[in-house]
Amino acid sequence: MSQPAQLFHAGPSPHIRQPESTRRIMLWVIVALLPAALYGVYLFGANAALVLVLCTGFAVVLEALWQRMIGRPMVVGDGSAALTGLLLALNLPPNAPWWMCLIGAAVAVIVAKGVFGGLGQNVFNPALVARVFLLISFPVQMTDYAPPAAPFGTGAAVDAASYATPLAAMKEQLLTSGVLGPLEHGFTRLSGITGNMGGSLGEMSFLLLLLGGAFLLVRRVITWQIPASFIGTVVALTGLMHVIDPARYADPLFHLVTGGLMLGAFFMATDYVTSPMTAKGQLIFGVLCGLLTVVIRLWGGYPEGVSFAILLGNAAVPLIDRYTMPKVFGSTRGKPAKEARA
Amino acid sequence: MRLFEFPGGVHPDDHKELTRSKPLEALSAPELLNVSMAQHLGAPAQPLVKPGERVLVGQKIGEPRGFISAAVHSPVSGKVKRLTQVPHPELGRCQAVLIENDGEDERGYQPPERPWSELEPKRLVELLAEAGVVGLGGATFPSHVKLSPPENKPIDTVILNGVECEPYLTSDHRLMLERPDDVVLGLKIVRSILGAKQALIAVESNKSDAAAKLSAKLIHGDSGIEIVVPRVRYPQGAEKQLIYACTKRRVPNGGLPMDVGCVVHNVGTAVAIRDALVDGRPLISRALTITGMGVDTPKNLLAAIGTPLSALVDACGGLKSGTVKVISGGPMMGIALGTLDQPMIKSTGGLLCLTASETFKPEQGPCIRCGRCIRACPMRLQPTLIAARTKLDDFDECLRIGARDCMECGCCAYSCPAGIPLVQYIKLAKSEIAQLQRRRKEEAR
Repeated sequence: MSQPAQLFHAGPSPHIRQPESTRRIMLWVIVALLPAALYGVYLFGANAALVLVLCTGFAVVLEALWQRMIGRPMVVGDGSAALTGLLLALNLPPNAPWWMCLIGAAVAVIVAKGVFGGLGQNVFNPALVARVFLLISFPVQMTDYAPPAAPFGTGAAVDAASYATPLAAMKEQLLTSGVLGPLEHGFTRLSGITGNMGGSLGEMSFLLLLLGGAFLLVRRVITWQIPASFIGTVVALTGLMHVIDPARYADPLFHLVTGGLMLGAFFMATDYVTSPMTAKGQLIFGVLCGLLTVVIRLWGGYPEGVSFAILLGNAAVPLIDRYTMPKVFGSTRGKPAKEARA
Repeated sequence: MRLFEFPGGVHPDDHKELTRSKPLEALSAPELLNVSMAQHLGAPAQPLVKPGERVLVGQKIGEPRGFISAAVHSPVSGKVKRLTQVPHPELGRCQAVLIENDGEDERGYQPPERPWSELEPKRLVELLAEAGVVGLGGATFPSHVKLSPPENKPIDTVILNGVECEPYLTSDHRLMLERPDDVVLGLKIVRSILGAKQALIAVESNKSDAAAKLSAKLIHGDSGIEIVVPRVRYPQGAEKQLIYACTKRRVPNGGLPMDVGCVVHNVGTAVAIRDALVDGRPLISRALTITGMGVDTPKNLLAAIGTPLSALVDACGGLKSGTVKVISGGPMMGIALGTLDQPMIKSTGGLLCLTASETFKPEQGPCIRCGRCIRACPMRLQPTLIAARTKLDDFDECLRIGARDCMECGCCAYSCPAGIPLVQYIKLAKSEIAQLQRRRKEEAR
């Protein structure tokens, strides 16, 4: 017989695989974020570009150095560090100084990820750990928002000194007068959608973030459960409060287009490592994140609650996973034996 | 509309277009055949012939050893040259009878003493055991065992499995198209043996022509046979999943289909049962698919048991350069062969010749908790957690979270983007659990 025995590869089944790999998944998320990132550069100029480059670069270099230092295999090529750096940049003010990018990247890839054991082992979303660390360590720089370059000619007055986010302005009004008034710089729902407002580099365009999220859904990188339940909960609760007392609580559309809700719900809460693994668990997680976001935004000390909500949600993931794991097929535990026959 | 579905599963590209429209081609038996004594699950048969002896087509040459075993017959007439050892995909090596084909095709079998409908079910089952009929779907479980349920487990539903959910394979599809009458007759015989009320034929929606052909056969004959068309999904053909998809009954953990009143047979088995009980022809050949980008002309063949695999490949124009893997069976559960220098056996449902680009495997990295394996597992297990516990040698926990219920379909490993061989970890856990339990039983004594 004609074939020598060594001709073929052995190897266990299955002999075919779905074409996705960890690296490709990371790349898809980066691709999905690019429109929103580039829009941030368009709005805020060169400094925003610098923040993007620095955060991503620092994250990759620091992770490589960390892996060399602790003698772990170098797997920085899996793209997870680059994605973390990019997400961090999108969560910073567009004029963040270089040293904040460095500290943020270090906190993200070393403190929040490396010391937990690297990719797949961390409990908290690394980019959000870094953002919250910077927010409580350098509150002044972290809330120093640059004015956007007013696209679509809505003509906001440029106020270079400080430029509050709509959520911060709202919180301020509530604290001083107890009711909502018109927001400064002529902010409207439309300017929230087009990104003509103060805020983090990557949370400007509602539409581009929605587009990126839709891309991830279509590519099946993420499932619908977390974004839908997260956003749905925020809309439902803020809607309820708005109906009860419109003088104190803004309408759901306002909450939808301002702050980091879209960025958080589609790109941060859906991080595989720090979110539940089953559909049911993801729904619970999304609702929990939405609930916490609303509580912090409406009644908490911070104007924006998405980052804190997701981190608190992350902490609940092991518990959620534990109680939402599917029941083994054919399991008759706790069921009458008769049902198997029905 | 009723949905014939089961939870979980995956949907790989099926690549059935390579052979779907190619009629079954009967391959003449080669000059030398190595008929293995281990053709199926269960004990290998005991050779009944000596070197130099002449055998006839269908003559029994291997005696079953024990209940879960099946007889082996000569596919040709000719002379027994010697008893040999041949490679076996699962056992490593096993005993075989080397037969020199004299090309005369002299028949050594007769139809049963009376038409099947006049025989007792018990006698029919005996005849099937004598004919060496085993399940041709993959596991090759001896058919007479499945047709002898204990009295306290009445069977009300027979399901004929024409799902053929493994990618690439199309021989069941061709059988349904080319021998629909025999498929239906086989089902009727099985139903009558078991005294079952309900009979179903499940054909996945990518074989709607076969479903239509079978339906047309049912119009005139007796009804009570229903064609069920589930959506395309792997592993639809797994017994527990197919039973759930068709009847919504759940086979309990550690249980068998008969625990929920069901028996599942493959369509190829139905044809073999019909051949054995109508013509008296033992199981000496089978339909199989030779396919993949690595073979020159993919085909569906009807070949004699004992034919060298290399002869099957040669009948399809040989291998192309760049073929890196040859698999006995489908790509999801088939076994990669080291060599073609071995005979085909009753469980050889296909030969899949894959090129490097068809066998992509991502580089192995850490689990990123994406949950794909959990969503894919048709048994609703948590493959990544079982794998993690296996790495820690925590087999008690593996047992607790259901490792033993794994049917090794490979959906988890297929869907893992981190390239983790999840199903291998679970197989390891299963064997460790078995050892652990054996040890504990001994200690308890």
